[in-house]
This record gives sequence, structure tokens and C-alpha cells, in this order.
Amino acid sequence: MKTTSKPTAEKLAWMYERMSLIRQFEERLKWLVETGVPVGAVHYYIGQEAVAAGVCAALNADDWIASNHRGHGHCIAKGVEVAPMMAELFGKVTGTNRGKGGSMHITDITKGILGVNPIVGASVGHALGAALSAKVRQTTQVAAAFFGEGGAGIGITHECMNMASIWKLPVIFVCENNGYAQATPVEYASSTAKISDRAAGYNMPGVNVDGQDPVAVWEAAEAAVKRARAGEGPSFIEAKTYRYFGHHQGDDTLRYRLKEEEQAARDRDCLKQFRAKMEKSGPLKLADLDAIDAQNKKLLDDAVEFAKSSPLPGPEELYTDVYVQAKGGAQ
Amino acid sequence: MSTPIRELSFGQAINEALRLEMRRDPTVIVMGEDIAGAAGREHLGLSDAWGGPMRATRGLIKEFGAARVIDTPIAEMGFTGMAVGAAMTGLRPVVEIMFVDLIGVCYDQIINQAAKMHYMMGGKVELPMVIRTAYGTRGDKRSYGGGAAAQHSQTLYSVLAHIPGLKVVVPSTAYNAKGLTIAAIRDNGPVVVMEHKFLGTSAKGHVPEEAYTVPIGKCEIVRKGKDVTLVGIGRMTHVCLEAATTLAAGGIEAEVVDVLTINPLDEETIIESVKRTHRCVVVDEDTPVCSMARDIAARVGEAAFDFLDAPVKAISSADTPVPFAAVLEANYTPNADKVVAAVKEQIG
Ligand SMILES: Cc1ncc(C[n+]2csc(CCOP(=O)(O)OP(=O)(O)O)c2C)c(N)n1
Repeated sequence: MKTTSKPTAEKLAWMYERMSLIRQFEERLKWLVETGVPVGAVHYYIGQEAVAAGVCAALNADDWIASNHRGHGHCIAKGVEVAPMMAELFGKVTGTNRGKGGSMHITDITKGILGVNPIVGASVGHALGAALSAKVRQTTQVAAAFFGEGGAGIGITHECMNMASIWKLPVIFVCENNGYAQATPVEYASSTAKISDRAAGYNMPGVNVDGQDPVAVWEAAEAAVKRARAGEGPSFIEAKTYRYFGHHQGDDTLRYRLKEEEQAARDRDCLKQFRAKMEKSGPLKLADLDAIDAQNKKLLDDAVEFAKSSPLPGPEELYTDVYVQAKGGAQ
Repeated sequence: MSTPIRELSFGQAINEALRLEMRRDPTVIVMGEDIAGAAGREHLGLSDAWGGPMRATRGLIKEFGAARVIDTPIAEMGFTGMAVGAAMTGLRPVVEIMFVDLIGVCYDQIINQAAKMHYMMGGKVELPMVIRTAYGTRGDKRSYGGGAAAQHSQTLYSVLAHIPGLKVVVPSTAYNAKGLTIAAIRDNGPVVVMEHKFLGTSAKGHVPEEAYTVPIGKCEIVRKGKDVTLVGIGRMTHVCLEAATTLAAGGIEAEVVDVLTINPLDEETIIESVKRTHRCVVVDEDTPVCSMARDIAARVGEAAFDFLDAPVKAISSADTPVPFAAVLEANYTPNADKVVAAVKEQIG
């Protein structure tokens, strides 16, 4: 499944820009949570940025992704603007979901995101449906499903892998193996040492990549996208990664893993490694990367300002959009 | 001997219920996702890292070990089915579905399998299993602002109470949480225990140390009054009590009935109360269509029509999904103000 193409400087800059924006978004959010801003339940993506950025770097604007509860990173990588995302977390009417969804549903369908979805496994079905849609409508679009190694164990994921394979649907199963489903270690909950080994059982290629390296993820995604667009069917990518913080805010990670393990993972931080690589052999310069960081910081300053100054939904919003109305307002 | 002042939280009371029953009966097992946590990491000195959403299973693994306190992968359909099979073959499994919203992925095992086995097999099999699940919004004026939204805040017990063969209990205090949980474990059929997220950590009260049961299928009158019967379910019982206090200040004496078991329903206690008070307001956290609130209202209307001075009033959550924004969520669930207003309307 290896491709020979190397990412262009432009592609590399794009991936860094997204990873940096995700990191800064989550760090800002974490700071807000810790200073008492009520944003509901949140699951930080910090540590896993290279997976979202690497996969989305291989997708076009009109391709789809489906995401899980840890979805902020996927949204940003697929192009959702951070200001309405932040407003959503503040429960404001200017939010991506008009304040009705919050962190666990934050999304923007116009950017090709079928939803951030906190029912584990649910969105894998939606990605498969988008792939079916592309096939029936005879487009070359592809769909990628992001799920954790925990999500890899639930029934729907297996049903979907089988269906994707028998109908050769243009879908990519992206398993982000961050080692833990809440407090359950992967080595306890998975029957195979590599989740990607399961792909063979469904007759599709399965690769295991370093999820801390956006280029490695991108390469695997490029190959999978190529295969999907050619009508050859699904692929499975397991990206080994790590979530730096608790399952959600307030979770004490040291009840189920060791400090040394956390430190070792942080030593392999995707942003740090990427910067070191660029410094050593280019093509991007550290000054370019710093400029990207600074620009992202400004975006987030503005996003928080936008979120704070936006209005809350009016009481009538509770009752709107329950049923789909016929166009023109009839029914 | 229990000391009369010993207080436990709702979650701790359930923990004690599980612990006592597991001691008493070696066939009782518990399973679910992260009911212990850090599974398989004893060699690193790590275990018991989680304990379920309200820590109701914390510590059990230390006493009973991993053979009886089973952390599962994320596989509700599989392990609920496994509980059905285990219950048919000599165990008393207690399954935790982390949040009631997640019954969507294992509904078949609950409504088609667990609930109906006994009947379908002509009464020849017993199915002593318990499903514990957390429900409800956290959002009211005492909370930090809710925020679990449409797929992690639902009540949904009406879609369980709807199924013949399935008993459904909704405790409201630490005391009855322990007693109903023990009763559920000792029951020879499937019982769902609905545990309100907000009560899980906020409700504290006196809990005797020994094992005791609170009977399944019985309501409890938790406040006496002569002017109106307020019927509460789970957290809504507290809302009814709050409303009753406000009403008392205005000279209206409300009786409060805590339903405790929504299926099978103890109609008698509710109807007898309404026959004395001549008015009834039912308060339910679920959405209104096909709800317990309307079911109870209909039963009261039918059985006590001649005694009623006003139409029975059913108060439910909004007929919408649960919104995220705290300002919207605050208007979603019934509160004491709405109950007081309904009573005043009835009394005129
Ligand atoms: C069907 C279902 N079961 C359980 C849960 C509770 N839950 C939410 S996230 C999670 C762990 C998910 O782990 P994984 O898929 O590996 O993703 P990660 O959190 O590691 O990103 C669990 C058990 C849920 N939301 N949905």
C-alpha cells in the first residue's frame, strides 16, 4: 500500500497548520474549562493531531469524514472554522450547531463532516452510507470513518467492514489506537495485538502506521483514497497514537497508566517531531512554522472573543428543528 | 448494627447493595465497561481505576476479583446477550449500561430476549438478571450547566416500561436505591434499575448497614397532604417535594407519592391517594408522548374519575431532544415552579 509520492512543501505546511490549530484549540479549551467556563463534557484530542491532519490531507473538500466523541480535531482538520466551534462549546446561537449540540456533536455538514458522534461506533455506519451514496451516484468521493480502538470492538464496525468489502465501497476505516478506551487498556480489550490484523478477516488491506507522524498517516491515507477512488474498495488504517490527557476533563489518568508511559508518548509528540524534522532537512523552516503558530493563535483569540460576545439561544430554540420541515415552510 | 446517623450517597448505597449481594450469593456477577477500570494492569499496581459513571462499582474488584467483576470491551449488544445466557444457566448477572441512551445498541437483547424468554418458554426458564443504567440531564439550577446533549442525557424509561415482562425501578434516594437494587438482584426475572446521574452524586441520606429490600411494584407516600397528590418518578420526586414545600407556605397541603417502580405500577397507592385529595399532578422527566406521566394520568382518570375536582395534569420534559446549551436545558426538564403553577391552576 506504499505510494512513492512525497508530500509537497505546501502539503507539509497544510498539515502543520492544521495540527497546530487543533493543538491550540484544545489547549485554549482546556484553559477555559480549568478557569470555570461551563462547556459541558469534552474529550480532548491533544496528542492525536497527526492522525486527523494526515488523513484529511489526503481528502478533497467534497469527501466525507465521520467522527466520534473525540471529534474537535477531525472537524478542524476537515476545515471547520474555529470561531463557530468555540461558540458552540459556549452554547451560543452562533455555534456550528446553534448551541444544540455541544462538544459531542460539534460539526459542519457543509465541510463534509457527517457528525461528531458520541455513541461509540455509530458514525462508522454513516461513513459507509456516504460511500454507498458516492457509488450509487457515480461520483469519485470517498468517506473516512474515525474511531478509536475501543470503537473497533463494537458490532457495527465489524458489520460495516464486511459490507464495505463485499460491495467494494469507497470507505477508509481509520482506527486511532490511543491505547485506552476510557480506563480500559487496549491489550486487555483487543483479541489481536494489532487492530489492523482484523482487516484480513474482511478481505481488505490493513496497515499499521505511526500516528505521531502526519506524513506516515498521509501516505497510508493517500494509498487508501487511491484504491477507493479506483473502485477497488475499502482499506483499514490503524494509527498508533496517544491521548495526553484524561478520557474527558477531570479524569485522572494515573489510575490506569504510568507516568513514564505518558512521558515517553510526549517525547514523541507529533508537533515537536515535525518541527525537528523540518529543522534538520526541510523543506519548511522553523520561522515558517512559527508564523503558522502565531496566525493560529490570532484565530483562537478571535474565536474566543466571538464565542464570548455571541448571543445565547432564545428560549424558543428549544422547540425548533425537531422535525424536518418541507421546503417553503409547509406541513 | 447500623448507626442511625450513617449517611451514604446514592452511588455508595448501590455499591453497598452490590457488595452485600455478591458476598451472600456467589452466583452474582457484575459486568460492564470500566466497572473496575485498568483491566489487566494489576502487575503495574493499577486496578479499580474507574468504577462506572457514579462509582457504584468501585472497589468490587478488590473484594471479588476479575472473575466476578468483569470489565468488558465496548460491546453492549454482546455482553447484554451474554448476561441473558448466563442468567439462564445459573448466574445472576448485574449488567451496567453506562448511560440509558446506549440501550439503542442492545435494545434487542433487552426487549426481545431478556423480557420475553420466560413467557416464550412457557414459564420454564427463569432469568435473574439486572440492568443498571444512568439517566437524565444534569442540568438544573444547582448543576454546573448540564451539557451532555441529545445522546447522553435522555430518560427513556418509558420505552423499557412499555415492554411486558420487564420490571423497571427508579430509585430516588440512597435508601431506596440500595433496597431496590438488592430486590432487583434477588428477583428471578429481568429488572432494570434506572439511576439518575444527578442523584448519583448529590443524593445523600441515611442507609442502614445491613442488607434490606425495598419491594418492587410498590409506591411510597413520602409526604402526607389533603389537597392534591403529586406523583414523582426518580429525581422528579424531589421536584415534587420542593413544590410541596412552596405550596405549603401558601396553605396548600400536597401529598407526594414516589412511584419507585414504573412497571409493574402500583396503581392502588396512587389512586387511593387521589381519592382522598381529589387532584393529581404527575411529574416525569421523560418526553411526553407514550410516557409514564400520561400512562399514570390515564389510569387515575379511569379509576378515580368520580373523585376528581380537576383534570389530571401530566408534566413531562419538552417534547424535543435534549439540547446542549445550559439555557435551553434548564427549560427542558420539569421543575418545582412548573409543578406549583399546575397545582394552582387546578385549585383555581
Ligand atoms: C455504545 C457506547 N458505549 C459506551 C459509551 C461510553 N464511552 C464513550 S467514549 C468510550 C471509550 C471510547 O474509546 P475509543 O473508541 O478507543 O476512543 P477514545 O476515547 O480512546 O478516543 C466509552 C466507553 C458510548 N458513548 N457509546
